[in-house]
Amino acid sequence: MTAAEPARDSAPAPSAVADFRAQARWQWYEPLFWLGAIAWYFLLPTYLPLGTQILATALFALSLDLILGYGGIVSLGHTTFFGVGAYTAGLLARYGWQEPISCLVAAGLLAAFAGWICSFVIVRVQGIALLLVTLGINLVLYEAANKAYKITGGADGLQGIEFSPLLGMFHFDMLGRTAYLYTLIVVFLVFLVARRIVYSPFGLALRGMRENWKRMPALGAGLRRHGALIFVLSAAIAGIAGALLAESVQFVALDSLAVQRSVDVLTMLIVGGTGVLYGSFVGAVVYMVARDQLADLNPAYWYFWIGLMLVLVVLFTRNGVVGALADSAAWVQRKRGRGPAP
Amino acid sequence: MPPIVIGIVQVLFDGVAFGMLLFVMSVGLSITLGMMRFANLAHGSFAMLGGYTTTTLMRHAGWSFLATLPVSFVLIAAVSVVLERVLYRRMYQAKELDQVLLTVGIIYMSIAGAAYVWGPEPQAISLPDYLTVYRTVGWFSFSTYGALLLAVGTVLTLAIFFGLERTRFGAMIRAAVDDRRVALGVGIDVNRVFTITFAVGSGLAGLGGALGINALGLDPSFPIEYLVFFLIVVSIGGTAGSVKGALAAALLLGLSDTAGKYYIPQTGAFIIYVVMLLVMLWRPNGLFGRA
Repeated sequence: MTAAEPARDSAPAPSAVADFRAQARWQWYEPLFWLGAIAWYFLLPTYLPLGTQILATALFALSLDLILGYGGIVSLGHTTFFGVGAYTAGLLARYGWQEPISCLVAAGLLAAFAGWICSFVIVRVQGIALLLVTLGINLVLYEAANKAYKITGGADGLQGIEFSPLLGMFHFDMLGRTAYLYTLIVVFLVFLVARRIVYSPFGLALRGMRENWKRMPALGAGLRRHGALIFVLSAAIAGIAGALLAESVQFVALDSLAVQRSVDVLTMLIVGGTGVLYGSFVGAVVYMVARDQLADLNPAYWYFWIGLMLVLVVLFTRNGVVGALADSAAWVQRKRGRGPAP
Repeated sequence: MPPIVIGIVQVLFDGVAFGMLLFVMSVGLSITLGMMRFANLAHGSFAMLGGYTTTTLMRHAGWSFLATLPVSFVLIAAVSVVLERVLYRRMYQAKELDQVLLTVGIIYMSIAGAAYVWGPEPQAISLPDYLTVYRTVGWFSFSTYGALLLAVGTVLTLAIFFGLERTRFGAMIRAAVDDRRVALGVGIDVNRVFTITFAVGSGLAGLGGALGINALGLDPSFPIEYLVFFLIVVSIGGTAGSVKGALAAALLLGLSDTAGKYYIPQTGAFIIYVVMLLVMLWRPNGLFGRA
């Protein structure tokens, strides 16, 4: 982007469009990333359940990135929609509708509907009030699911749910091979949609919203309309992520609605980096792998390290791991550009 | 007296005592939020630490309950000043999100730290005999512990209002909350005022956490569990640092929580959350907040 800036100054309109197109082009590291996800399947067969969880969680973090990293809407209760998706899939399966793909679609739609209802409130508040409203919605839903144990199983969660084989052919096996590939494919497809959204004119308007809340209306952009739309899309993706996890582990825990999870996913996104799409994936990998390893050592104190990670990221990096990588890459390039001066 | 009247008086007594306790604990958060726009979600960690100070002193040094309270206040105030100088001060100009993340990180560290030092189980203290008995006045009987909460809460509340409304330092605090830049312009050292206010507010949280051990419970999850309560007090009371609003909100919350537990125990915390949501929808700046 910095390289294209002089060109944009000299001839604004065409090169701005070209600049915008160039941003949307696939970068060299992107195929590498997805190849890595495929390689996981072959190289780490015993870690497939972990890999599936990481993918579903990364998708959840991606949905948060859409509203936070692009729309600038801070939510302390995003697991509301993750939980709605998970319970939709779980309840459908429990009451006899066990076809996984349609469950996924239903979960996305219902979560989108929940997001649409919430969006009326969300776009009207900012700052600390926004934190409280999102937290409040999350808490209300958690309490509701906790109390309605006849439907949701309460604190025990939805147990013993089963899904029929994928496309009628592939069983969800014990090793989690089907679940991993299925999750990977769905996550990749949804990622493509999210990528398209982010680099569309609508995505540009969102970034404008994030950068300057007051100036965008002057350009004729409808803040509330844009905010509501991205919130609904984000809720739908969160719902799909929730349903994916429910289908792959065949269980819905009440925990999927816990505020703790909202904070966890926010932590992942921050550790990875906001507003860069891949930040959510990097964050999910770092967070989940670290938890997998550290929790083995000493489960009760896991949150100490997470807390420390948060404090360090906030104090010392500009934008999580991805931001730190970009900064160091730019630093190396600057060094090289200056030549061999001592 | 008919039982229904006794029930109502009981709820009023317990509810106001709980509300006073909540006010003492969260008033510091309300003022610092109003002055620096700094969202210190880790306020509950200070309260928890105050509680642990008291249990430790009672258990290992044999102190009496009441004697530990001032120590909790002073110690937590001191700890908070260090945190403010080292961490928080860098974040005043930062985005709200960064403030939230930093303080959430501190919450997590304090939870794990408390579990490491004091163990994950709830702490119980044996209160002195004179705080465990029930007294009867006419037809109404109340616990002396509840009376202590009410008494300490009332005294502290009066002291806070006197300090804010009648002293020179209180005027400086109010000026800094109203308009930080103008306060700076007339020569008030806002940073110093803030540090002292922050210390006193955190100390009060620690004192409240210690005083309320038998009413609130004490275990490592305390900072998260009561975070919602503090946020409700602050948000309903008004996020612009209205102390009267915080008092009203704390009393409202104390009464509705107590009444809810007394009359409709099966709904749990549901009602409080719904009320908070409705208030935030109706007036995003709080019931008593200025727009």
